[in-house]
Amino acid sequence: MIEVSGLSKSFKVAKRNPGIISALKSFVHPQFTTIQAIDDLTFNIKQGEIIGYIGPNGAGKSTTIKIMSGILVPDKGNCKILGYTPWKDRVNYVKNIGVVFGQRSQLFWDVPVMDSYNLLKDIYKIPEKMFEENLDLLVSTLDISQLLDTPVRQLSLGQKMRCEIGASLLHNPKILFLDEPTIGLDAVSKIAVRQFIKTINKEKQVTVILTTHDMQDIEALASRIILIGKGKILLDGNLAKLKNQFNSQKVITIDYSESNEVINIPGVKLISQSKERLMLSVDTSIIKISDCINLLSKKYDLLDLSVDSRPIEEIIVSLYREYQI
Amino acid sequence: MIAYYSLFKIRLLHGFQYRTAALAGALTQFFWGFIYIMVYQAFYNSTSTPQPITLHELIEVLWLQQSFLAFFVLWLRDNEIIDHITKGNIAYELCRPINLYSFWYAKLIAQRLSKGLLRFSPILIIAFLLPYPYNLTLPDNLISFILFIITLILGLIILVAISMLMYISIFYTMNGTGSLLIFSLMGEFFSGMNIPVPLMPHLLKTIVYILPFRYCSDLPFRIYAGNIGNKEALISIIIQITWIIILFSIGKLGMKKALKNIIVQGG
Repeated sequence: MIEVSGLSKSFKVAKRNPGIISALKSFVHPQFTTIQAIDDLTFNIKQGEIIGYIGPNGAGKSTTIKIMSGILVPDKGNCKILGYTPWKDRVNYVKNIGVVFGQRSQLFWDVPVMDSYNLLKDIYKIPEKMFEENLDLLVSTLDISQLLDTPVRQLSLGQKMRCEIGASLLHNPKILFLDEPTIGLDAVSKIAVRQFIKTINKEKQVTVILTTHDMQDIEALASRIILIGKGKILLDGNLAKLKNQFNSQKVITIDYSESNEVINIPGVKLISQSKERLMLSVDTSIIKISDCINLLSKKYDLLDLSVDSRPIEEIIVSLYREYQI
Repeated sequence: MIAYYSLFKIRLLHGFQYRTAALAGALTQFFWGFIYIMVYQAFYNSTSTPQPITLHELIEVLWLQQSFLAFFVLWLRDNEIIDHITKGNIAYELCRPINLYSFWYAKLIAQRLSKGLLRFSPILIIAFLLPYPYNLTLPDNLISFILFIITLILGLIILVAISMLMYISIFYTMNGTGSLLIFSLMGEFFSGMNIPVPLMPHLLKTIVYILPFRYCSDLPFRIYAGNIGNKEALISIIIQITWIIILFSIGKLGMKKALKNIIVQGG
């Protein structure tokens, strides 16, 4: 459904050193450097997927989204989405997509939300019946019924973001681009937004492309992640696989009634031990977790036990480190 | 089409809610009207040669200028559009299946209409009640009045098209203030706000007649005052329509070019 091949885009950025002399120098002879925002991107996305598009700041995530939503024109490369080339056939293409930029607002700030929704209805020529159905669904799942009559400037950030997401889905888009949709939201709003994205993906088969720095978003939503750094794709695969690949380490914590037993199991490293508590790091490529627990239960009189994975944040950080971005 | 109308409606109704601003605006315009009248009265008193426009006609033009200020001053700006361009919020507008030129045009013309419609009547009513020669009177005949309405509307269409060029220029200058200053200074001078067009020297008058600015304010108001006859008015309507076509074409072309090179950075 989305085919991107060889996509590249560079920006010209004015450059000068601080200070008066270099300011004068650049006034006479301005210097520019070219920054390769994205470099030869190629990937395909199928209908109904939720893609987590991640990378550090300045990696080129937003640029990719902006090209895919028809806003920017790339230097070279091809992009076919639903049979359209976004920047060539912009007006026809954008009828089929919804976009949310977490740091910008699409609602008129000084009129009630509902006025903006009604305008969108006319812009997208949404039939009355479909508009009402969608509005019902959005109002109930996003919990915004009380907000519709309020001018946007009087909404809180989380309320505004829920209304923004609602606005981008009124016209039944087939693809939803979300550029940091949970930025600055509190825990409750975050969960509401995630839940909602899941719902529309399942019920309406909306393909979702999500960029975020919040790894919980990724963990809760994305079935596949694309990692980008310095404009290049570094990794493209499903989340579970990635987790396994970088996550052969598990941490076991046990509580037991007093004992002075010493353990020595291959593949198991001791993190800390006290009289009643023990923390171990287990390399699951050497020993299976179940075997390890078995051995432990024979030695100790277990009271409590927990197995934790490395948090996804750490995996991503180690990924960034591995690719030196 | 319905989308542009819908935006037009929202903006028009929205503009109507600012009553206090309208009242303050009307008062200011009234004050300015008196200052201008005093200046020109002093000028007319100090000369005995007949001028190409009588004092009473000029006073009528001045009152109309003050009442319909929102229809033709270029310093009236829409900060939202300037912000869209300079801060990158234009990203959202580009995700809509709309023609951006028409969309912004609808918004701008609605704003000017709502501002103008709220303000013109109090000034006109008071101007009608003043003693001669400071008052505003009805035009000599109905045809002049109809021609006034037509040229006023066409003038508004021309003016919004000119202001669109100003917004498009911000794509290149990235500075709302600069573009605004150049356009509003030119507009003010060449539309006869500083010196009434009939009182200008011959050469300047020729230039003014070539440029589009006077067709927004000077033309309809002088038709109303009776300083421009119906025949000249009819020819001027053709010139107005020509300007509308030219300005629309330049604007749409400029917008297309600007959007091709657009960069939306950050976020």
